[in-house]
Amino acid sequence: MIKLVGHRLLYLLPVLFGVALLTFLIASLLPGDLAYVLLGDQATPETLAALQHDLGLDRPIVLRFAHWLGHVLQGDLGRSFRTGQTVVAAIAERLPVSIELMLLAEAGALAVAIPLAIVSAVRQGGRFDRFITGAAFASLSVPAILSAIVLIWLVAVKLEWLPATGYVPLGEDVGGNIRSFILPALTLASGEWPVLMRVLRSDMISTLKEDYITMARAKGLRPSRILLVHALKPSSLTLVTVTGINIARLLGGAVIVEYIFALPGIGRLLIGSIFTRDLVLLQGVVLFVGTGFVLVNLAVDVLYAVLDPRIRHGRR
Amino acid sequence: MAAAELTPALEAVPAVRRARLGMVFWGAVIWIAMLVAAAAFADLLPLPSPTDMDMLEHRAAPTMAHWLGTDSLGRDVAARLIFGARTSLTVGLCAPLIGLAFGGAAGLLAGYFRGRLDTFVSGGVDVLLAFPPLVLALAVTAFLGQSLLNMTLILGFLGIPVFTRVARSATLALAQREFVTAARALGATHTRVLLHELLPNVALPLAAFLLVAVAVTIVVESALSFLGLGVPPPQPSWGSMIGEGRENLDSAAWLAFTPAGVMFVTVLAFNLVGDTFRAVTDPRRSAS
Repeated sequence: MIKLVGHRLLYLLPVLFGVALLTFLIASLLPGDLAYVLLGDQATPETLAALQHDLGLDRPIVLRFAHWLGHVLQGDLGRSFRTGQTVVAAIAERLPVSIELMLLAEAGALAVAIPLAIVSAVRQGGRFDRFITGAAFASLSVPAILSAIVLIWLVAVKLEWLPATGYVPLGEDVGGNIRSFILPALTLASGEWPVLMRVLRSDMISTLKEDYITMARAKGLRPSRILLVHALKPSSLTLVTVTGINIARLLGGAVIVEYIFALPGIGRLLIGSIFTRDLVLLQGVVLFVGTGFVLVNLAVDVLYAVLDPRIRHGRR
Repeated sequence: MAAAELTPALEAVPAVRRARLGMVFWGAVIWIAMLVAAAAFADLLPLPSPTDMDMLEHRAAPTMAHWLGTDSLGRDVAARLIFGARTSLTVGLCAPLIGLAFGGAAGLLAGYFRGRLDTFVSGGVDVLLAFPPLVLALAVTAFLGQSLLNMTLILGFLGIPVFTRVARSATLALAQREFVTAARALGATHTRVLLHELLPNVALPLAAFLLVAVAVTIVVESALSFLGLGVPPPQPSWGSMIGEGRENLDSAAWLAFTPAGVMFVTVLAFNLVGDTFRAVTDPRRSAS
């Protein structure tokens, strides 16, 4: 167990270094020098050169990367030159919104996927199973933009049940906060449930063929008990992995959904930094998102080993 | 015991589905063919210009002159849809080819030679996959500038790690098989084994994946255009049409729903064809 985690950690270091390097390169090699962005219209060759020197932009790129990485390792991601806020503070401010959205979306997707998968697996090949399999396939082809505008049109414009956009902080009004998250969470969940349903359904089908399930049936256990107690846990390994990957991805903010519903999460911070050409902020947020993805994936791997003794003991 | 029971059940499902998919599958193929033809010959079709504005007739209902009505600037919706298909299909078809070429080659080499090369390639794949694709695409388009070529190149680059994974895992499994050992024993060079023995076998899963990648790329392209970072206006694109239509959801919802519906059917069609192709070419299934 400890060996497994250690092995994964050792492999992680070069990957994390690669993430940092790529982040730095994206922001540095692309046209649009920070000094130029800062000066804007007032840029003359002399002021430009002076500012580039002050910012250290005239030094070789390797030195700049080392300098930047040194600060990053101390937890200093720099400061947005537009708002003056530190990047770490900006991320800390936006992260709870993205996490709340992610939790609500995953909970919604799992609430739909698990019962549908269980029923489909039990009635494998039946009319309900075929219908759900088809519906899942169709839902997978619905882009988030489409489900978002359909939901806004139906729920906000036609029925006027919920606001189309706008965010209410949790501290201000809990009910209003939840209401502002319903449509974005539904949009995300409508793209997530088919994947979760498919993996649980196929794992469940193979679990139901195991001898110990036949044994449990022969003992006369109630079908609901067999399904929920004996079959669900061993079938949920892939489901845990896929949910984990989704969480890792959504931690980086759902860019499109946060943009459409005007939620001030990480995704919106990121797209804002692109629109305002706030290079330091962009660099910091991209690094955070990439590193977060790698680390959550590690956590999923470890959790997987905890759940599945075959992996824990190195036998597969 | 359990495994023996499992096999027939797993194979029964695709057989049933394949028979049922027949009509749907051909419908999807016909839709894609019509769309490609319309996009390719858009200049020859009797369509009004997709960029001419007519403020007197904005948000008009369908007429003989404007089959699908006009948008909020009085531009013809049907023409914009078809010229938008040109954007979506150009990016959607070209970008995955870039991913296929580079990712397929890297995966093939990594899976065959293993060792240090494999470690390096797999590490690179993990680094690239750590970035959400839209984020990388957004950042790069914002700085490199918006054009059809830039977008195709970036989305193509973003597809490389996934194609690498598919090619590598297929090659890893194939390289253990007897025909590869036999070819090596007969004195075949590495190049010959790679090109004549492995490539034809890896090509099938890659081709099936290519169709799914086309669907994904169309969605990402529309998301970029929706955010205003796709092809530069006034060039039409489905994503920017949806974005513009979103402003008028209360008065003219069809302006957003028409391009969104066309995009959904297109994405569904590519997914369906890709899925069917995968089921047919999967040796485990077609053996039955």
